[in-house]
Amino acid sequence: MAKKPLLAADTRPWRDSAAKPFVRIRNVTKKFGDIAAVADVSLDIYKGELFCLLGGSGSGKSTLLRMLAGFEQPTSGRIEIDGQDMSDVPPYNRPVNMMFQSYALFPHMSVAQNIAYGLKRDGMPKAQIDQRVAELLQLVKLTGYESRKPHQLSGGQRQRVALARALAKRPKLLLLDEPLGALDKKLREETQFELVKIQETLGVTFIVVTHDQEEAMSLATRIGVMNQGEIVMVGEPTEIYEFPNSRFVANFIGSANMVEGVVTEDEPDHVRIRSDEMGTDIYVDHGVDCSPEQILWWAIRPEKIVLTRDKPAPQPGTPADANIVKGYVEDIAYLGDMTVYQVRLDNGRYIRVTKTNALRGDPDAISWDETVWASWAGSSGSVLTN
Amino acid sequence: MRRSIFLPVAATLGFLFLYAPIISLVVFSFNANRLVTVWSGFSTQSYVNLWNDPQLLPATWLSLQIAAVSATIALVLGTLCAYALVRFRRFRGRTVLRATVSASLVMPDVITGLALLLLFVGMQSLIGWPAGRGVMTIIIAHSTFCTAYIAVVVQSRLIDLDLSLEEAAMDLGATPVRVFFDVTLPIIAPALISGWLLAFTLSLDDLVIASFVSGPGSSTLPMVIFSKIRLGVAPEVNALATIIIGFVATGVLITTLLQLRRPRPAKN
Amino acid sequence: MGQLGWLVGFGANQLSSFDAAPPRRPQPWTWVSGALAAAGISGRALVIAAPAAWMTLFFLVPLAVVFGISLSVKQFGQPPFTDLLTTDSGTVQLTLHLSNYLKLIEGSTLGPNFWTQIIVFLLVGFVAFRIGRAVAKHVEPVALWAIHAVAIVAIVLLIATLYTTEFNVYLTAFLSSIRFAAISTLFAVLIGYPMAYAIARAPDRWRNILLMLVILPFWTSFLLRVYALSGFMRGEGVINQLLGTVGIPPLVMLQTDFAVYVGIVYSYLPFFVLPLYTNLVKLDPSLLEASADLGARPFRTFLSVTLPLSMSGVIAGAMLVFIPAIGEFVIPSLLGGPGTQMIGRILWDEFFAKTNWPRAAALAVTLLVIVVIPFMLMQRAQDAVVAGR
Repeated sequence: MAKKPLLAADTRPWRDSAAKPFVRIRNVTKKFGDIAAVADVSLDIYKGELFCLLGGSGSGKSTLLRMLAGFEQPTSGRIEIDGQDMSDVPPYNRPVNMMFQSYALFPHMSVAQNIAYGLKRDGMPKAQIDQRVAELLQLVKLTGYESRKPHQLSGGQRQRVALARALAKRPKLLLLDEPLGALDKKLREETQFELVKIQETLGVTFIVVTHDQEEAMSLATRIGVMNQGEIVMVGEPTEIYEFPNSRFVANFIGSANMVEGVVTEDEPDHVRIRSDEMGTDIYVDHGVDCSPEQILWWAIRPEKIVLTRDKPAPQPGTPADANIVKGYVEDIAYLGDMTVYQVRLDNGRYIRVTKTNALRGDPDAISWDETVWASWAGSSGSVLTN
Repeated sequence: MRRSIFLPVAATLGFLFLYAPIISLVVFSFNANRLVTVWSGFSTQSYVNLWNDPQLLPATWLSLQIAAVSATIALVLGTLCAYALVRFRRFRGRTVLRATVSASLVMPDVITGLALLLLFVGMQSLIGWPAGRGVMTIIIAHSTFCTAYIAVVVQSRLIDLDLSLEEAAMDLGATPVRVFFDVTLPIIAPALISGWLLAFTLSLDDLVIASFVSGPGSSTLPMVIFSKIRLGVAPEVNALATIIIGFVATGVLITTLLQLRRPRPAKN
Repeated sequence: MGQLGWLVGFGANQLSSFDAAPPRRPQPWTWVSGALAAAGISGRALVIAAPAAWMTLFFLVPLAVVFGISLSVKQFGQPPFTDLLTTDSGTVQLTLHLSNYLKLIEGSTLGPNFWTQIIVFLLVGFVAFRIGRAVAKHVEPVALWAIHAVAIVAIVLLIATLYTTEFNVYLTAFLSSIRFAAISTLFAVLIGYPMAYAIARAPDRWRNILLMLVILPFWTSFLLRVYALSGFMRGEGVINQLLGTVGIPPLVMLQTDFAVYVGIVYSYLPFFVLPLYTNLVKLDPSLLEASADLGARPFRTFLSVTLPLSMSGVIAGAMLVFIPAIGEFVIPSLLGGPGTQMIGRILWDEFFAKTNWPRAAALAVTLLVIVVIPFMLMQRAQDAVVAGR
């Protein structure tokens, strides 16, 4: 369900250095007392994007969002939306609307009154308000619920009312704080899909805060990973997952087997790393910015390791004495769509390997207490220097 | 978001309104001039007069005793009442008991006082008890309205109390009485203490009901104060009020400080 | 109440099951409960019986006695009222006098159009109520204005009715008690709302201190606080001295109706602030942010979000001022003048000065009917609304 890039690869604005960003965040810092909730963040977000701020609790993602909405003032730095400096603009004058984590629906107003609230503040004539409310109710599929009160709605319906209310004023930028956090898993997956569809139809720029990486991966055009008030990586979902730039990102997104190693060969077209932790040499089939004898880390996703009973032939271009290690299957977790193997290497270290269950009830599947070979391609892992 | 100046200013004026008279009362208790409320120098003469007053100190002592006894009786009855109302879902008369408690909270003092007096008079002529009115009848009257207050205080604490704690104790083999003393009572203890203090204060403060049900020789402190201040300024009442306010302020201050020091449960 | 009968019945059931109970470790309370059970009394019944019996005897029965005595008449002697039941040559005779209630309205002269006005008032009120119910679901601004207009007409009519009528001393006291209580409540709301809101919005460390300052008067003697206020407002008191320093001649404040208003607001202000504070502090701040986010300026947010959501706190607090203020005795007698007639004071005088116990009882019953019963009905309705949500 990931958002299909509407724009061809070469027109993705963030890849175009001349493109003008819609939201510019420049060196923004927010301190509460002595603690910096957001530390020197700079970020550009482009028109029509669905940008996800992903991070754990206390990473500063919500504070950043609240500064965009105007509920918090940056301690230093500046925020521009559509070329306009937002420093002295109070929340009620910003061209921005927010969907709150708790939805913040006014409990004493009906669904229609909630949605109409922002339009009334703009002094829109009543007939137009009614028409717009009807439109929005249709958009979020709640026609017929006009006179219900929020406490008479289910969680999913409330979420949709909150979305409709935030969209009512046709904001240039919509901020969503954990928009799906209060929904159960099944509903969340359906709603992700709808959210993306609505965003595409309306062409509004969305900034979504979430702690759920799956949600971020499936919604976003780009993801900004936050840790301790800083943006540690910005990239498209694939970049974030396949080419993490740091140990933090590799560990935070999905799971990874990560080992320490020493560079033994440093060539422009390949790198060889000796890793006692992995019990084998690691061959990387592309050049890396490092120096011989440098200590660095290497991470590989569990699904990129192949388990076989017999020692496999080396992959083309990979030396026979690298990227292969013997182990013992100590534990198996069958998850239905895939199986997770806990493999103990000869040196006592455990690695995690997953295998998609393509065959139904495969009788030949690798099982407990088997000795296996784990191997991987030279392009599968990521070399991390910080 | 920017704050307007209106709220702080309005709140300050409100607090000024609440406290200016009290502060002036305290200040004038140290006034040298006995007759006028005009400041004419610092003196502790009022406190000496208070010490020598033939009525005020005995009445204070009597009121303290009445308040302590009434609050204790009310604590037992009010706690039982609250427990019955919260824990026993269904019993005959539950609605009546609930209504009685809330009615006695809103009942004007003059009605409560008059009603009890008429009851005591009637009982005396029917069964000969209580013989005459005095300390005993005041204690009964005070225990009655304090019971309602304590029931409300304890009730709100009991409603918040997680029922599964009591169920866990029962599951581990404790009988209902044991559960009450081992689990319920320690947890609601703060509510009991504040309920007792509230009852004590209410009893100490009551003028109207006590005036109805008291007899000769049983003048409580508010009755004595009322007869003194009805006629005008009484510096020894200022002195007594200053002492009482001092006690109360210290008590409330200590409680607040204790609450501030107690580690707060983490947010979120 | 029926508790006693129930207690005995329940106890009998317990008795039969006692023999079958498994042996328990001997503990003092086990013996006690065993003994009680053997006597036919369960612990549960005891818990209920003690407070129920006490409240019945010392709260409900006295109210019945008041009602009984209000039907008697004053006589000289001890007790100073006639018996309802008399035994005259072997026949028991029940004599009920309604004269005390008649005296409450006697001497009042109705205006020429009194009944017309009352009927129109009731009609207008009924219409307003129906309109209100009908449009409650989808409130339109126009409809709201219509309801307000109807309500204003009704109030004007009521005031006109009251002004063309001459009331006797009792009815005057009832009406002025309601007036004192209502106007004071209004001022308590106006003064107390900003205080409660400021405390609720204050930073944490300030909030506890401000809250303490509101709670402190709760624990201080009511009587002494009224006394403090009287010292503050008297002829040569602090206010007049302050006025004197800027050249304003002293104002007569004590022993006026003004002093009673100030006294009620002063004494009951904390009772309004606290429940409103508990309500406001629970207000989800994200609702205010949502309102600002949708384009509402702070004052607009207050009107359309904060105020409606805190209405239940305002009503609860206002009730805590209004109800006790109606029956107030101390404030009118210490701060009011001889002309300040409030029902509590009249009742007191009727009892202590005129020793007319039956008349005082009739006043008490009437006060009970017009104040306490509507209050309890309102509370029940409120409970029902809360439960219905």
